This record gives sequence, structure tokens and C-alpha cells, in this order.
Amino acid sequence: MAGLVPAIRVLRIEKTRDQAVPADIYLNVAVGGVLTGLVYGLMALGLSVIFGVVRVVNFAHGEMMTLAMYIAITLFTAFHLDPLVMLVPIASVMFVFGYVLQVRLINPFITRPDYMQFLLLVAVAIIIVNGLLIAFGPDVKSVQVSYAFDSFQVGPLIIDATKLYAAVAAIVVSAALFAFFRYTRHGTAIRACADNYTGALVVGLDVKQFYALTFGLGAACVGAAGVMLLLIVDVTPALGPAYTLLAFVIVITGGLGSMPGALLGGVLIGLTEAMAGLLFTPSAKSMFAFAILVLVLLLRPEGIMGKRAA
Amino acid sequence: MSALLSLYGVSKRFRGLVAVDHVGFEVSEGGIFAVIGPNGAGKTTLFNLIAGMLPPDGGTIIFAGERIDGLPADQICRRGIGRTFQIVRPFPALSVEDNVIVGALLHRRHVDSARAHAHEVLRRLDLYDKRDRRASALTLPDRKRLEVARSLASDPKLLLLDEVMAGLRPTETDRMVAILRELNRETGLTILLIEHVMRAVMALASRILVLHHGAAIAQGTPADIVRNPAVIDSYLGAEALS
Amino acid sequence: MIVRLIAGVPGRGLALLGALLAALTAAPLFASDYLLTVLILILYFAYIGQAWNIMMGFAGQLSLGHALYVGLGAYTAAALFVHFGIGPWLGLAAAVPAAALIGAFIGFLAFRFRVAGVYFAILTIAFAEFARLGFDHLSWTGGSGGLFLPVSQFTHNDLWRLRGHPVMFYYILLAATALAFLICRALLQSRVGYFWRAIREDEEVARSTGIDTFHYKMIAVVISAAMTSFAGVMHAFYYNNLFPEQVFHILRSIEIILGPIVGGVGTLFGPILGAFVLTGLAETLTAALAALGIDLPGAKQVFYGICLLLVVTALPEGIWPWLSRRIGLAEKSQ
Repeated sequence: MAGLVPAIRVLRIEKTRDQAVPADIYLNVAVGGVLTGLVYGLMALGLSVIFGVVRVVNFAHGEMMTLAMYIAITLFTAFHLDPLVMLVPIASVMFVFGYVLQVRLINPFITRPDYMQFLLLVAVAIIIVNGLLIAFGPDVKSVQVSYAFDSFQVGPLIIDATKLYAAVAAIVVSAALFAFFRYTRHGTAIRACADNYTGALVVGLDVKQFYALTFGLGAACVGAAGVMLLLIVDVTPALGPAYTLLAFVIVITGGLGSMPGALLGGVLIGLTEAMAGLLFTPSAKSMFAFAILVLVLLLRPEGIMGKRAA
Repeated sequence: MSALLSLYGVSKRFRGLVAVDHVGFEVSEGGIFAVIGPNGAGKTTLFNLIAGMLPPDGGTIIFAGERIDGLPADQICRRGIGRTFQIVRPFPALSVEDNVIVGALLHRRHVDSARAHAHEVLRRLDLYDKRDRRASALTLPDRKRLEVARSLASDPKLLLLDEVMAGLRPTETDRMVAILRELNRETGLTILLIEHVMRAVMALASRILVLHHGAAIAQGTPADIVRNPAVIDSYLGAEALS
Repeated sequence: MIVRLIAGVPGRGLALLGALLAALTAAPLFASDYLLTVLILILYFAYIGQAWNIMMGFAGQLSLGHALYVGLGAYTAAALFVHFGIGPWLGLAAAVPAAALIGAFIGFLAFRFRVAGVYFAILTIAFAEFARLGFDHLSWTGGSGGLFLPVSQFTHNDLWRLRGHPVMFYYILLAATALAFLICRALLQSRVGYFWRAIREDEEVARSTGIDTFHYKMIAVVISAAMTSFAGVMHAFYYNNLFPEQVFHILRSIEIILGPIVGGVGTLFGPILGAFVLTGLAETLTAALAALGIDLPGAKQVFYGICLLLVVTALPEGIWPWLSRRIGLAEKSQ
């Protein structure tokens, strides 16, 4: 398993030895990167929301996404249902998963030191990854939708249909999440819990309940992102840890606890990865992501848009 | 008596809030100096500035003839300033003895001599019998004494005590006052303390500084301070003179 | 010196340690080849666990990228052997400083820039991942295709070049684990140990007590990295092949921390007990499954995950603190 993001379907380019890569290709790859980046952004959004509110670093984030992807694959193989159609049901299942996880495993230990909760989720991650390995084996699996090879032409731009649909879905879900936090009572309550734990308690909010709700939402996000990502990449159980790390890179770069930051970070990373893959060798693109992570952790740990985390 | 610690125009601001406003005073060597004032007056911030946990925004702090403003906390401690915290912070999982040994090891290379010194200090603070207990298992008064012991073990020239009497019963307060008086008399230890318990302040301090909204509103002997109308207005109240 | 090391340890504790050491020394005489490999694995994790425990258990710095130091040690010594014929014991002279230097670099960056707690852990993960991907492109060490050590024979033990029967590795690792145990004990009792524990408990207060926390955290990282790299060298010469994908993988780093966490972070005996319990049980599980004819790749890891879960939720201090209190051998630093 080489590199962080295997098997992204890139346009096949034919290069003759003395020909420079035409500008069109850069543009197409860049756009592809941005679209994929939006899906990454949604994935990272889930992580950011969980950290911003519950203050728990979800080390099982990528693994939860892989779980959703395998559910989608199973349903696709059994019933030939397009992943995007199954988006809402799968996201709901992940919501329940996240909710129960928070209630049973995290809430009871909310007062323990940070690293203990971190390790708790590491344990969950290990169990999920290897559970999937036992259930599905290590082989790469993918979903072949009818429009897998379609593309849209806009001037010099050739846009993959799958990437476009995935990106649009990501935007829709993100917007829904933003609206939830901004305009609903529950959303506002959650923001209150994030802002001031004691204050929220004093006002009578059932903080633990809201934590569970938040984790569920974060899980639903990542589940939805997984379903969308399935249109773009192939899946193996080992993808879990890889995406957890990617989510960390994005969230820390964009700003831990900042929702717009997560999306921005996702697009940035998606773009960087795509360009690095084009300009250097494909496996080197992941190294870029980590180099960015180290730089951000050192120089601006709150990320591009983040507020200082506790 | 020369000044061990001098502050000139020390200020600290947190965004819009001025926590410490051009405060200046001198603590003479071997003396006991108290800082009093209502809650939020900036007393603990002042301590944090002196002890190096925060850098001041303005002014100078001179200790034993050298400027220390802006130095990190560990360097300031090594130069001879020890401190306790308003909310007690012993090392929870370490034993009482080990807590004090950490302090003693500052100027001692060998654990054995550090342990011997720690025992001396523990005896002075009435904690010797509890030396094997976990710090987190102690009562509040004992934890306060432990913090004092830990600081003392590092052989400070100046000890900063932040509300060390808070939460103590009168007998415990008297005991702590006696211990501090003893230390001051026998070893010449200079003490700077923040206190609300006026009983302790009047018993210990030879000079008092009163802070209000970050600024010094009065400075002088206990007798002067207690009669100062500004102080009575802002903090003491007419009945608190007992 | 020996008196200091055993001062304060109850006679029963010393007797038990002695008995354990005797049993382990005699074990190869009675153990089957398979059991010997299991024991080697246990000692390997017991040793690395102790090295990791210095950073986390003593100084309070969570490293989730310790596979980096294993890999650096392994690759340095292996490459020197493959390209220049330099034996592993000489290779150590390059491997250990290499790991120590990288550890110091990471520590310097992290502590200088005040990266702490979970962020520090993520930083360590990032560096290990960087190495994993980087070594994939390093052709001098074989790239992603792997580095292979020439395997000559298994008939006689060549201690100098570490070619020979696994028993040789067994005794080396046994000695290393025992030595590491003594080193950890000495460190805990020393001035450095006290300062580490203060930093672990409350770094801000430690600084107010005059401790140069940057300096002492660096010492912890460097010692931990250096000790870990020795295990890396052993790893290289025992398995005779190295792949960046495996050696630097985050799962390796997690395997390293499981022993100490299950056994008891911050204690002396915890990492050793944890290695025995975890690796012992895991191998038993694998053997049992094999006996039933079931081949489940990933079953062992699920077991590890469940163990970690159980320990974190039910016995956060680890097995050893709980057990030692019951048999009256609680360590003083608990």
C-alpha cells in the first residue's frame, strides 16, 4: 500500500518526451484536486466539530469513514444502490454509531486526562480497522457506478462527473451543518457547550447529551464524506489510519475548532496533493501533507482560521 | 536594610483590561511585606509578574540587584524567589517527601542530601509524619503547608505566598503565622504575601501595599494602612479592624 | 551502587525478580523453537516498552511515533552491514547517535515551540509517517522494495555479526531488558528522575520550582530514542529484512505503547509485565486459532485493541499497580 491516497482516477495523459505538460492538464488536475478537497473538507469538518465541542481528538475518525465506505460497498454489491442515494441512510447509521460511542465510551471518562481519551479512540480505531480486515479481507474494493467515466467539458476544463457530484454533495452537507449550528436551538446549545462547559451546565443544558449529539453529527459527516469519497477512490481497511492522519493534517492546518477552516484546509490539502502528484511522484504527495502539518504545528498551531484551542 | 526586591512602574494589561497599573514598591531584605486588596485587584497577577509566569508590559523588577522582568519562571526561581499558588498545586501523584525533595534538588546535586534537607523542612512545617502520603490525599491545610515546604526547600531568599491562609481555621492560621515568623526571625527569609485574612496580615507584616483595580492606593505600616480612608472605603470597611 | 539500586525494595520483591530472571535464563533449555520466538518477541517489547516508558511514564511526553527510532536504528545498522560489511555492534555506534539526534531534533522543535500533549503526539506521528514515506524513496536502503541482510547460516552463532540461532538473540534481549530495568530504576532514583516526575505531574509548577523543563524533557527524549534504536538494530539482524511500510508504520508505534499502558505507565515493572501479558496472550490466541485451522489476519490486532480499551476504561493505571498493591509490592513512585 503505497502513499496516502491510492488510486485516484486521474486523466490518462500521453506525454511525448520533449513536450512540456500543457497548461490544460495543470488546470484539470487542480480542479480535480479542489473538488476532492471539498470532500476531504467535509471529512475534516466532522473531526473539527467533535474536537471543537467535546474536546476529544477522534483518533478513530478515518476508521469510522472506512466503516461507512464498506457499508456502502456492501449495499451496492447487494442491491446496486448508488452510493449517493444511500448517503442519508448511511450517515444516519454513522450518527447512531457516533452517538452510542460517545455515550458509552467517552462520556463516562470525560474527566480523565486528555491522552487517556485519545488512547480510548486509538483502541476503537484498531478494533474497527482489523474488524474490517477480518470481515472483508485486505483486497482493494471499489464501486463502479454507471457514470464512473463520464465527464463534463467546460471550455478547456474536463471535470470528472464523480468528483463533481461528490463535491456538490459535500457542499450541500456542509451547508446543512452550518445552518444547523447557526439557526437551530440544538445547534446553538451545542455551541454554548463548546464555549463554556460550566456556564452551559449552570444554564441547565444537558451537556453530555449534547456531546453525544455532536459526536453523532461528526460521525454522520465523516460517514457522508466516506460515501462520497467512494465515488473517487478505492477502499481497503488500511485506508482508515491514512485518512485519520489526513483529517488531522487538514484540521490542524485549517484550524482546530473552526468549521470554515476545516473546509478551507480540505481544499488546500486536496489541491496540494493533486499538484504534488502531478509535479513529483504520486507517493511524494503525502509527504507534503506531513511537512505542512509539522510546519503548522510549530509555527501556527491554531491553524489558518482557528481560535486558540484549550 | 537594603531592598531585596524593587518594582518600578510595573504594568500588565490583558487586551482591554489593565490588571496591574504602574505599581511600584520595595521589599527590604529580611522583612515581611503584605499585598492586600479586594478580589480582582491584580494581586495574583502581580505575583505572576514577579515570579516570571507572565512578562510585564512595562516597568522594571529588580531582585538582589539584578533585573528579572521578562525572565522565565525557572530562572527566577533559581535566582532565589520561591512561590506558592492561590489554588494549591502540589505534584499530586508524588509523596509529600518527594514533593519537597524536588524543591530541595534545585541547589543540591545528590538525592540523599536533598532528602535530608527535605526532612528538615518537613519537620519545620509539621509534615514530617505524613511524608510518605500521596500529596493528593492530604487535607487542604496540609497541602498548603506542603507547597510552602516545597518552595522553602529550594532555599529561596524571597518567598511569595499567595493567600496561604485561605481556608484555614483560626488555630491553623495561628500556627502558620508562627511558622512564618520563626522562619523570618531565624533565617532572615524575606516574605512577600498576598492575604485576605487580616488577622495574619496584622500579625506578620511590617509594611503593607494596598491594590485596587490594579493600582497601588496606599502603602505603609499596618497602623497607617488601617486608618487610611481610601483603604477603608475600598476594602477594609469600618468593622474589619479586629 | 548496587546497594542504592536495591534500597527500599522488599526482600520478597527481590526474590521474585531473581526467580523471574533465573526462569528466563533457563527457559531456552526447555522451550520449543516456537516458544522461543514468542519469548524473544516478549523481551523485545519489554525492552522497547521500558525505553518508551521513560519518555511517557517518567517525563509525561506522549510519543506515538516511536517506530521512527526503531526504524532508524534498524536501517542504519543494516545499511552499514549490507554496503560496507560493518558488524552490528559497530553499527550501533552509528545507529544510536542517529536516532538520538533525530529525537533531539524533534524534541527541540516541539519543546521550543511549546507543542505539548496531544499535539505533541500528533507531531511524533507525523515524523514517523514522514520517515515511512521518505524511506520508500531512499534507494540506498532499498526503497519500498526492502533491504535484505545476507543470511549465511544457522549452525554456529556468530556473535560479532549476529548471524546464527535465535537463542543468541534471546540472551542478548534478555540482558538488554534486565539492563534497561536497572537503568530505569537508577534514573527514577536520581535527580533527573525527580525532575521528570515533577514535569509529568505539572509542568508549569515544575518550572516555578526552578526546573529547566526544556532541558530535562530533551534528556528524556534523547535517552528514550537512543535506547529504542538498539532494539531496532536487533530487529534488523533478527528478521534480516526491512520494509519502510512495516518498520515505520503507525501500527508498530501503537504496538510499542500497548505493553507499558496495559502493564502500567510510569512504573518500573509495568512495561515488562505488559509485554508478557499482551504478547503472551496474543500469541496464544494466534496459536489457538491456527490449531483450529482458522487464519484470521487482524485477529491479534483486534485483541490488542480490546485490551487497550479494557485497560483504559477499567484499569487506567495498568495491571501492575493493581496487582502490586494486592501482593504488597507496590512501587514507591506510584
